[in-house]
Amino acid sequence: MLALEARTRLGALELDVALAVGVGECLALAGPSGAGKTSLLRTVAGLFEPTKGRVSCDGEHWLDTGRGISVPPDQRRVGYLFQDHALFPNMTVWRNVAFGMGRVPRRDRRKRAQALLDRFGMGSHANEWPRTLSGGERQRVALARALARKPSALLLDEPLSALDVRTRAEAGRQLATVLADVPAPAILVTHDFGEAALLADRVAVIDAGQIVQVGSAAVLAGKPQSAFVADLTGAVVLNGLARTGAHGLTEIDLDGGGLVWSTDPGRGRVAVTVHPWEVSVEPRGSDPHGSTQNRLAVTVASVTPLGNRVRVGMMAGQALTADLTASAARQLELAPGMKAVASWKATATRVVAR
Amino acid sequence: MIAGRCFAALLIAALAVALCFLTLPLAAIFVDVGPGRLLESLGEEGALDALVLSLEATATALAVIVAVGTPVAWLLATRSFRGRSVVVTLVELPLVVPPAVAGIGLLASIGPDGLLGGVVAATGVELVFHTAGVVVALVFVASPFYVRQAQAAFEAVEPNLLEASRTLGASEARTLLRVALPNARAGLLAGGALAWGRALGEFGATLVFAGSLSGRTQTAPLAIVERFASDFDGALAMSAVLVAVSAAILLGVKLVSGDRLLGDARA
Repeated sequence: MLALEARTRLGALELDVALAVGVGECLALAGPSGAGKTSLLRTVAGLFEPTKGRVSCDGEHWLDTGRGISVPPDQRRVGYLFQDHALFPNMTVWRNVAFGMGRVPRRDRRKRAQALLDRFGMGSHANEWPRTLSGGERQRVALARALARKPSALLLDEPLSALDVRTRAEAGRQLATVLADVPAPAILVTHDFGEAALLADRVAVIDAGQIVQVGSAAVLAGKPQSAFVADLTGAVVLNGLARTGAHGLTEIDLDGGGLVWSTDPGRGRVAVTVHPWEVSVEPRGSDPHGSTQNRLAVTVASVTPLGNRVRVGMMAGQALTADLTASAARQLELAPGMKAVASWKATATRVVAR
Repeated sequence: MIAGRCFAALLIAALAVALCFLTLPLAAIFVDVGPGRLLESLGEEGALDALVLSLEATATALAVIVAVGTPVAWLLATRSFRGRSVVVTLVELPLVVPPAVAGIGLLASIGPDGLLGGVVAATGVELVFHTAGVVVALVFVASPFYVRQAQAAFEAVEPNLLEASRTLGASEARTLLRVALPNARAGLLAGGALAWGRALGEFGATLVFAGSLSGRTQTAPLAIVERFASDFDGALAMSAVLVAVSAAILLGVKLVSGDRLLGDARA
């Protein structure tokens, strides 16, 4: 088990976080850049010392500012996966991997490094130089290197963000397998909720130095406690004024015009959130049909294909987005400037604090 | 378009002027001296001695500078502490001190009648009119060239590489040895070459502090100046040799450091 407490001032930011990660668990710290995520990771590794803080792992105290304990980074057994991989350019691939095998006899290092590289499908690159590798290959080498030390904690700094879209999915799957295999607790830092959902068992959302919500990715997406968390999970966030309406529903007057309903309770100034895949788009003037309660007159602002989906950006006093299939978007002949109606169910509408 | 071309022409013209001005004196030395005269001058009494002394003294000075300057540069590049900029300025100060002043300062501090003259005498080391004094003068004037460059070279190493090394169980010393030094190699070699070049050309501080005693403290530049009054051709010939040796060593360093002399320096 890995436990971390840190309180420190980072420029204008007041960082104040306490968290614990179980053996075999992966916790994601998700939040925008500048929220203090990486500083927390560096605190665990001993690369940064907070004003007040405690780090313990496997019963060993790595940091306790109150008792004047601060174990240097090389004596903490962490596997740190750097965002840019940080492979040593002056060493071949296998020597990079062997670098962290401090206690392994010299003659066994080559064999151990080779075995690790084989495991990540990089065995044939053992004698190459890091600069000749692709981004995805570099990451696999960096992972092999981090694991070569048999770490008692695994720290991952935006592991997928340096990779191009094509490599990401594959690298993500591989990383998920590794995280499932490695018994050590792992902390993953990311600004991408999708990455956190893919790799972590639990997600802690961090904003301006504080953890604002912890839970599984599904819980965060389904029951965000604030507009900030909803926004991070990729939901549409609309501000408005809530009051109790008919049939036990909450009625929300949106800033900039429009009226929507939700099954969630709420009063006063709130944010309304809905996931883009819950939002339908139809032409103006079509009859309301089905069970959708919330209907907003919108103007299409952008139409962006994303793989097999199309993301439609719309304006209705406030901005909102809808994810449609490509064929649906074609059928509607969506184009910027087009007048349309966005609709979604009141049951898919969450009311959260601003 | 036309303005752009004019500017480009201006840049090329500036380069042409600079190249002419900088290479003409050096070229003139070789044009004036025939190959025969060159060999002949080396045979003259004191000429070869001065050259050998120059090489020995500069090599020793460089060894001292690198041995002490590298850890200093590492410390300045990796630590921030109160008064750091004052320390950096002090280390760089010899760059702007006139060499003759440096020589006087050395006399006043570690010369026989200097502040620490007694301490130096007690260790049995003799500096004034001895080769050791030449080395001291060279170290004083040339070390900032190395330390500055080495500090910049260490600062240019990706911090992530140094941190990765630490998280992989390497102590700071091992990180310096295995990661920082190899990745700062080009900058360190360039700093060494600069310091060495400065030491080889050193004149004022050596003359004031160690004197110009043939065979002991008379380095090549001192010998050239001594000769210049009486035997201009001889001075010219020695100069040619010094230029050739300097150019050869500079070229050697560039080849070793992988810097392609005629290519892009940033590559």
